[in-house]
Formats: sequence, structure tokens, C-alpha cells
Amino acid sequence: MSDSTAREEPELVQLLTPDGEYVPHPDYPFDPTPDHVRGLYRDLVLVRRLDAEAVALQRQGELGLWASLLGQEAAQIGSGRALQPQDMAFPSYREHGVAWCRGVTHRDLLAMFRGVTNGGWDPYEHNFHLYTIVIGSQTLHATGYAMGVQRDGALGPDGTAVITYFGDGATSQGDTNEAFNYAAVNNAPVVFFCQNNQWAISEPSERQTRAPIYRRAAGFGFPGLRVDGNDVFACLAVTRDALQRAREGQGPTLIEAFTYRMGAHTTSDDPTRYRASEEAEEWRRKDPIARVRSYLVREGMADDDFFAGVDAEAEKLGEQVRTDCRALPDPAPLDIFREVYAEPHSHLDQQRAEFADYLASFEGAEGAAR
Amino acid sequence: MSGTELTLGKAINAGLRRAMEDDPKVLVMGEDVGRLGGVFRITDGLYKDFGPDRVIDTPLAESGIIGTAIGLAMRGYRPVCEIQFDGFFFPAADQTFTQLAKLRARSEGRLTLPVVIRIPYGGGIGAVEHHSESPEAYFTHTAGLRVVTVANPEDAYWMIQQAIACDDPVVFLEPKRRYWDKATVHTGGSPAAATPMGAARVARAGTDLTLVAYGPMVKVALQAAEADTEHSIEVVDLRSLSPVDYDTVFESVRRTGRLVVAHEAPVTSGLGAEIAARVTESCFYHLEAPVIRVGGFDTPYPPSRLEEHYLPDLDRILDGVDRSFAF
Repeated sequence: MSDSTAREEPELVQLLTPDGEYVPHPDYPFDPTPDHVRGLYRDLVLVRRLDAEAVALQRQGELGLWASLLGQEAAQIGSGRALQPQDMAFPSYREHGVAWCRGVTHRDLLAMFRGVTNGGWDPYEHNFHLYTIVIGSQTLHATGYAMGVQRDGALGPDGTAVITYFGDGATSQGDTNEAFNYAAVNNAPVVFFCQNNQWAISEPSERQTRAPIYRRAAGFGFPGLRVDGNDVFACLAVTRDALQRAREGQGPTLIEAFTYRMGAHTTSDDPTRYRASEEAEEWRRKDPIARVRSYLVREGMADDDFFAGVDAEAEKLGEQVRTDCRALPDPAPLDIFREVYAEPHSHLDQQRAEFADYLASFEGAEGAAR
Repeated sequence: MSGTELTLGKAINAGLRRAMEDDPKVLVMGEDVGRLGGVFRITDGLYKDFGPDRVIDTPLAESGIIGTAIGLAMRGYRPVCEIQFDGFFFPAADQTFTQLAKLRARSEGRLTLPVVIRIPYGGGIGAVEHHSESPEAYFTHTAGLRVVTVANPEDAYWMIQQAIACDDPVVFLEPKRRYWDKATVHTGGSPAAATPMGAARVARAGTDLTLVAYGPMVKVALQAAEADTEHSIEVVDLRSLSPVDYDTVFESVRRTGRLVVAHEAPVTSGLGAEIAARVTESCFYHLEAPVIRVGGFDTPYPPSRLEEHYLPDLDRILDGVDRSFAF
């Protein structure tokens, strides 16, 4: 059986080579000013540090779980920094870099993985929806939200765009494909940002799809493209372009950010069981942070003092992450019943009252409550 | 009070129309709900009067309907989703159970999702497979959802409006074999002034036995009560299945001492089992007999030529009544 579509080498949008050379792209303008690039470098370093601290905190028993973003910093910071304040993002559960760009604090991110909440932040305050754990579900929420934006008449040059994040594994889900179709049929202002990190836990991307992911968009009737997911310049430029198209009423875009999950799926995973270390070695040479550093040095945009300053800031952040994580208070037992319903629900109200009485029955007793 | 003669289906239609007139954020969405007006014509005329932005013909994908409704609700809309038939709900189960029902709690109350899921349910119309099921127990077992059903046009008119006005997700089960039943509907007043959505209703007063039913079974229960000339049977129409108005049920059972619960759904782990357990806990010393359940069998819904044997009818309900009195 032959399939030329599957074999043809896809075009990859790249603005910054792994060696740190900036190569302008005719379709995706980017202005690498010193301040801009230094800002991106700082973002990348700090979220990598936040991530590393969280992995360590999980190892120490302070977090129940952590899904590391290691290797995917450029895809997340690039797309995250392309967002306007009014734009709405619908993440999966690994988008700590996007969360960072949206002003979600490390404390709120850690709260969920520590198990003190199933959410953690106000989606409306940050225009960043809660992490969604069931794979692909959020793509439909984003599409519906974008349909609401259309109905609000909030499109235009300064209008609102929506972005949703998911991985290569999610492209196998019905919901993701339904979202592609709903978005296409409604011409909804949504950007589908797929971080193809090559692995859905233990399954390589060839177990998810035969044709390159970005090409699926054509079948649904909207543009798709593949970008170097380890190139923060390119990720920013292509996402900004897609968001602008969306906000101006030109409909959805699928961006496949071609990247690599350098770490385990989560802290519960053991990638040595299913993939060769040489593969990670190869991707290490395409590291998203090293190439920005090379660029800054090559262009003389940053000196040792700058890099030392960012490192010091990372140290400080790490310390803050550790302190804040340990300081997160456990919720109270009756919080189980909080906000299940907006309006009173007699069954639940009764259960809460009975459980409160049960808890109260231990008060004063020996070995009370716990 | 002035009234209009309406079928149950037309009453839902009129209620939807009024909700859309009262609140521009109310949207209707689903398969064939636009130009066609839905396969049962429940959304008839809405597309013409409110346009495609508010009456959305969706692609044929139920998970997409509920999933996008969640996003629309997050953006401030009040989507009323139509699932074409009970058996077609299941592709939307994931979005309903893992997202819609749980997002309020997950967000600690920061997200309010006033989504209504309308589902024509139950049997009795001679349909092919997947068109006659009673899935209410799946919904009542799920925290975060409210579940209601209606048995007459008056409730249909008001409760659809109340469901839309409710800030919680509401599963609105429509007894499809009663769509064509007619009665007077009093359209004056407001949804807030009508009988609350969560309240049960004593549909027929009696003294010897309480017969609890809801949705399509209320009519059968009333017929059974009339047919039993030996006993005075009280019929309670639950209306709300989550929460159940237990105060009304308990008050009745404490007076009559006997309870039969009837529903089309299979009895095992059905709502009748839950009601039996609750009544046993709360009315134990008032009971003259165990609670009797009359319902569908623990089988797939049968081919339509067999459904009259599957659906509890007047005689099966009276058989349950006899078993209670024989105890």
C-alpha cells in the first residue's frame, strides 16, 4: 500500500535555528528586538525552573502528581505571548508556560497538583480556563466559547480570539475532531494549538496518526501548519498570525507545534520502559532555551550580567515555589460539599448537615476528628 | 384564570419561545432544531423568528453539542440543547458527566453553567432501537446535575422556563409518548410564581396507598388509581428527579402506610430503588408493607412489537398494588 501523502516531508516553519540563527520568514513577520528576546528568554528559563521545582516537590511527597513541560517551553511561551489580554485560552494539563503568560501564579498551579483543589484559579480573571484532564474535552469548550464571541459581535482587528491546547494523543479523540468540525462549520474564532511532543504516555505519535497532524485541518476546511515547537520566535509568530485571522473573522487554524516531551508523561511515568535515550539526546540538541541564548550572545543583545540576573531570579522563584507549596493549607472536610450546585439541592444539603453533625460528634472526644 | 388548550409538545414550544423572548442569552441548539423544528417539532417556528444565531442547527455529533454548549455558557449564554432521542445521549455522556456536571465544583463556584439538556425519553411510540429508553438514573446518580420530567402541558410550559432560568445544568426529560396529550395551560404569570421546579405534586388524593410516578407513567398511574375501586390510591407526580421532593413523598407515605413506585426504566439500581431506600429509612414505622417497585425489566429495551409487555401498564401497576395489600 502506498501513501504519498503520509510520506511527503512536511514543511516546518522555523525562524530560529537550533544554532541560534534568525532566519526571517516571508509569511510570519517577527521583530527580534533585544528587549523582546530577553523577555522571552527570561520566561523560558523561569518556567523551566518552576517545572523542575514542581517535579522535585512531587518526589518529596509535597505534590500528588506533576505533568512536566520540559522541552515544550518554546511552544507554550511563544503561543502564550502571542495572546492579547481579551483572548481566552483553554489548556490541557501541561500548559504551565501558558499559565505563566496569563498570570496564573505558581501557587494556584501547585494547589491542583497538591490536591487541595480540583481547579485552582479564576478562569475569567486570567482568561485562562482550568486545566482539563479528560483528553480533548477542552477543544469543544473553546469552540463553543468562540461561537459565543461571534454572537457577542466581538470580532474585528481588536476583537477576541480563542486558543485551545492539546497534544498528539488528543488528535485521536472524537471530541477534538468534533471541535475541528464545529469550528469549521461555524467559522469560529479559535486556534487549535497542538503540541505534538511525539509521545502520548508510552504511545509514539505514529500510533495516533498516519498523516501529519496539521494536514488534518485541510479535510475540515481550514488552514493547518507545522511549526518548529522548540522555536519560540516561530511559535509566537505563527500563533499571532492565526489569532489575528481568528479575531478578524477568518475562522480557525490548526497549528502543530512539533516538539518533544523531554521528561516523563507525569511523575508517575517511567519512559525508560518504552523509548530509547538516544531519541531524547537528539532532541536535546534542539533545546528551546539554548538557541535563544545563542541568539542573544551572537547578536550581542545580552551579556553575562543579564544571564546571571535571570539565573538569580530563577533561584529566587525556586525558593518561593518550595515555600508556597508547603504553605498551601488543606481544605476543611465540609469543603467537599462546596459549590456542587448554584442553587440549593435538598439531598446534598441534608448530607452536608448529617456529615457536619457526624464530625461534631467527635469534638471533645478522645483522639477527636483525626 | 385564562387558559390555552395545548399539547405537551406545543407547551414546551411555547415555553421555549417565551424564555427566548425574555432573555436574549437563551439559545436553542441541536440536530434538526432549525428549519425542521426538530424531529418532534418541539422547536417549531423558533428558527424563523429568532434566526440562526439563536437557533443553531449543529453538526450531527452529540458530544459536540454539549461540549460547545459548555463554552457558550462560559461566555454568558444559556444554551438549551436538544438530544434527538434518549439512546443518542450516550456520545454526549462524557461532556455531560465529566465536564458540565463538575465544572462548577472544579472551579469552586467561579463557573456557572446554565445549560439545559432536553431529551425526549421513554417508550410507547413503536420506534426502532435506541428511541425508547429511560436513562434518568444515570443523571440522578451524577452530582452537579438537576433532573426533571413533566407529565402534563401545564408543567411542560412552566418547567422548561424554570429549567432555563436555573443556574445549574438541568436535564429536562420529555415523555415523548405524551407529546400529543392535550390540556389547558395557564400562561399568565411568571415562571418564578409557578409551582417550583423541585416540588412534587399530589396528582390524586387518596388514603390507602401512595403510588409514585413521573413523566409518562403519571397518566398510567392515574388510570390505575381510578380503576382500583377497592382502595383509595394517592398518586404523587415527582416532577423533579434530582432532587426528589422527599417531604411530599414521606408525608404521603406516613398517611397511607404503603408505597408503590412505578417507572419505565429497569428496576435494578433505578430511581425506584433509591426512593424505596429513603422511604424505608425515614418512614419505617409507618410502613404496613415493603415498598414495591414496578418498572421495566433488566433487559435491553425490546423490539416495539414487545414493548407493551415491557412497559408497566395499568394491570402491572395494579398487580404491584395488590402485592402491597397482600403483605
